[in-house]
Amino acid sequence: MSAAAPRPGEALLSVDGISLAFGGVKALTDVSFDVRKGEIRAIIGPNGAGKSSMLNCINGFYQPQQGRITYRGVERRQMRPHEAAEQGIARTFQNIALFRGMSTLDNIMTGRLLKMKVPFFWQVWRHGPAMREEIEHRRFVEGVIEFLEIEHIRKTPVGRLPYGLQKRVELGRALAMQPELLLLDEPMAGMNLEEKEDMCRFILDVVRQYGTTIALIEHDMGVVMDLSDRVVVLDYGRKIADGTPAEVKADRRVIDAYLGVGH
Amino acid sequence: MFYREAGQFKTSYEADMAVFPIRQDRVGLAIILAAAVALPPFLDAFVVGTVLVPFLVFSLAATGLNLLTGYTGLLSLGTGAFMGVGAYACYKLTTIFPQVNILVWILASGFFSAAIGVVFGLPSLRIKGFYLAVATLAAQFFLEWCFVRIPWLFNYNLSGAIEAPSRSVFGIPIVGASATPLARYYAILAIVVVLTWIASNIVHGRVGRAWMAVRDMDIAAELMGIRLLRAKLLAFAVSSFYCGVAGAAMMFLWYGGGEAKDAFSINLSFTILFMIIIGGLGSLLGAFLGAALLHLVPIFLKFGLPELGVPIGGATAEHLTHILVGALIVFFLIVEPHGLARLWATTKQKLRAWPFPY
Amino acid sequence: MLYQVFVDPFVQMADMPDLLVQVLWEGTVAGVLYALIALGFVLIFKASGVFNFAQGIMVVFAALTLVGLHENGVPAPLALVLTVGVMYALAWSIERVVLRPLVNQPDIILFMATFGITYLIIGLGEFIFGGRPKAMITGELFLPRGAIDVQMLGGRVTFQKLDIAAAVIAGLMVAALAVFFQRTRIGRALRAVADSHKAALSVGISLNQIWVIVWFTAGLVALVTGIMWGARSDVSFGLQIIALKALPVLILGGFTSVPGAIVGGLIIGIGEKMGEFYWGPLVGSGIESWLAYLIALAFLLFRPQGLFGDKIIERI
Repeated sequence: MSAAAPRPGEALLSVDGISLAFGGVKALTDVSFDVRKGEIRAIIGPNGAGKSSMLNCINGFYQPQQGRITYRGVERRQMRPHEAAEQGIARTFQNIALFRGMSTLDNIMTGRLLKMKVPFFWQVWRHGPAMREEIEHRRFVEGVIEFLEIEHIRKTPVGRLPYGLQKRVELGRALAMQPELLLLDEPMAGMNLEEKEDMCRFILDVVRQYGTTIALIEHDMGVVMDLSDRVVVLDYGRKIADGTPAEVKADRRVIDAYLGVGH
Repeated sequence: MFYREAGQFKTSYEADMAVFPIRQDRVGLAIILAAAVALPPFLDAFVVGTVLVPFLVFSLAATGLNLLTGYTGLLSLGTGAFMGVGAYACYKLTTIFPQVNILVWILASGFFSAAIGVVFGLPSLRIKGFYLAVATLAAQFFLEWCFVRIPWLFNYNLSGAIEAPSRSVFGIPIVGASATPLARYYAILAIVVVLTWIASNIVHGRVGRAWMAVRDMDIAAELMGIRLLRAKLLAFAVSSFYCGVAGAAMMFLWYGGGEAKDAFSINLSFTILFMIIIGGLGSLLGAFLGAALLHLVPIFLKFGLPELGVPIGGATAEHLTHILVGALIVFFLIVEPHGLARLWATTKQKLRAWPFPY
Repeated sequence: MLYQVFVDPFVQMADMPDLLVQVLWEGTVAGVLYALIALGFVLIFKASGVFNFAQGIMVVFAALTLVGLHENGVPAPLALVLTVGVMYALAWSIERVVLRPLVNQPDIILFMATFGITYLIIGLGEFIFGGRPKAMITGELFLPRGAIDVQMLGGRVTFQKLDIAAAVIAGLMVAALAVFFQRTRIGRALRAVADSHKAALSVGISLNQIWVIVWFTAGLVALVTGIMWGARSDVSFGLQIIALKALPVLILGGFTSVPGAIVGGLIIGIGEKMGEFYWGPLVGSGIESWLAYLIALAFLLFRPQGLFGDKIIERI
């Protein structure tokens, strides 16, 4: 089946009947929703609802026991991590997954690794085709660095950066992959108001400038309401609401879930 | 004052990505290389043969292991065996084709090591970290057994060991009884310089970056599209290549043969591992620093102390070496887990501001 | 060729069942001794998450101390007590000098630190006791000598009394340790520490104390192991390499399971001996040196957490 590139407004990604369990623990039960091209889709829900697990399934890190994932028109039972990356799905993580031994620049450069194809033979000599490729990708990465306003820390080892900047570098690394679908796992967690505003600005710019589709997990309701086009609400691994922010906010079941009303 | 970068502006990405961007570093490296070439003829032949040649062999092996363990994060205890594969491969190659330049065979034997390395690296897809070390132990003990039990490898010699035949390059004997330490030194110096340059090229490019990503967080690396098995197998291959060449060099340019089955034991694996731990994991310079320290300590204890008038027996020197090495490892892990290389980098940082405190 | 590998060994086994029993027994004894070393590893790993590579050399050092003291005129019972004291001092110093400064470092750093400790102890042992092998003082320790011959299955099978004693002692040790971990307050604290240092600290468990206790217990196990190993062959630094065999045992049995250490030990011990005896001659002898690792490797490929270990679930 050939991959049909969806137009803005059409579903880029859809998950159907996804169920995921670890031993006896059911992380997700029969979850279905879609993400349209060019939109910002928020996934929200109380802690432990299975939001990160959902992203992990889309990414190929977890293999759901049941259900199908359709991306760019191609339906599959499971996604392999490598496939997901090649197809243009990039991601940030709840607990930052930066490469601590490397600098900001090198971390973001790893995002370009999928596109770096010069064979090993030329890597051995460095000067020549390998260097040319490095420079070409360095140029792109500098663009990302400028976009995220992190020029001043490009050579700093990421382990030394404050939390908020680390999150920004992680976003940069995902952006370097030129993704079609960007999965953000709590991108604003632990940030102060100013940092959150910056992050919001970046996310909106990413969508506006590059047409990237975004699925994000977020706890800050204000951010969710302002940023997202549509929202999916999970609770105890099930989908309990799906719609625009306004619709979801008024939904009785969502309010109950957050208030912890018994099930 | 000497070490500042002021005035050295980089006007291109290429310049910024140079391995030694600071001019003083480049000058320093040039001086060291010049000394390495020009000084040894003025040194005592004994020093060249027992200090410099082994140091270079160890540095090469340490560089190899560093690529696997320091850069890619795959702990290997099979270094000794991989070195042995190189040595035996070289021996067979040069006895079957004695007319080919021995240097060519020393380098070619690395490919045999690389192949074996890949085979024993295959489990690394399913097995991680510490368990992988046990898999490399399987390689170590199995290969050691092969070295003893497959007589074809040592040409059915009665001694059961490699006996390095005389070989010359451009008319100068560099292997065998008539080879002077100086000749052997230059041979291995050439090999080490070229191979280190290549290692530097590899780690500064996309391969090195992928390796470090695998080391730091392989799950994230995989999710970014890095093919783990390919990266890991490449690391095993390249690392084993270096160890194989080092092993061949060890037998042919250093030992001149003999004692092969004991030479490539697990103790050698540990020695090289300690060199990169102390020298600094993930640093090419570290391989050299660690090799220097770990090689010089026993020599100093054995020969240096008696020279200074301290009476110390050979056996005692060995025991003290063990104590010192153990203590050094613990010391470095506590004080500076990134080893001598980091200490050196920190010193350079301070030099940049010198004579001002910050 | 296929016949030789897949049929002939079993024919041999059936032909001479008394020999088979002998080989099985030898394997069991070897397995029990491996299990003893593995126990030391399990103890420390279970309680501190540190894989103590130095366990092997601790076995040797304990044995050397015991024999060394005796050589210098100390009567056996007193030598035993003093050796216990020495092992305590060793445990205390390791905790103080090495473990405490490294408490928050990643596991691999602690693992490498135990390499350093190993070499340090090797050097110390060589320095104090010299490098020559010594004989274990079996008589003075009331360990039995001699053998029992049993007529069975058409032939004769010999059981060394020492081996029987070793098996019994090991069994007792395992039982005692299992009870210790499950039933006592300290045992519970040890398990808590193994799970999470930070959590244990937060409930008031003194990490330092726990670690000294654990390393000391491991030291005791090392002493018993050293005595049993040393009684069968001499006490020398070669034992240290044999201790590496504990690694395949741990892989099979899991790193945190006391019964696993026994099961793993038996599988490796018996597997090794059977392999060497029945299949060894096909490829040239001496396959004992690597067969255990190959078995472990094969195991890892199918079940990375070992027989008894906890399944590793990665989270991101």
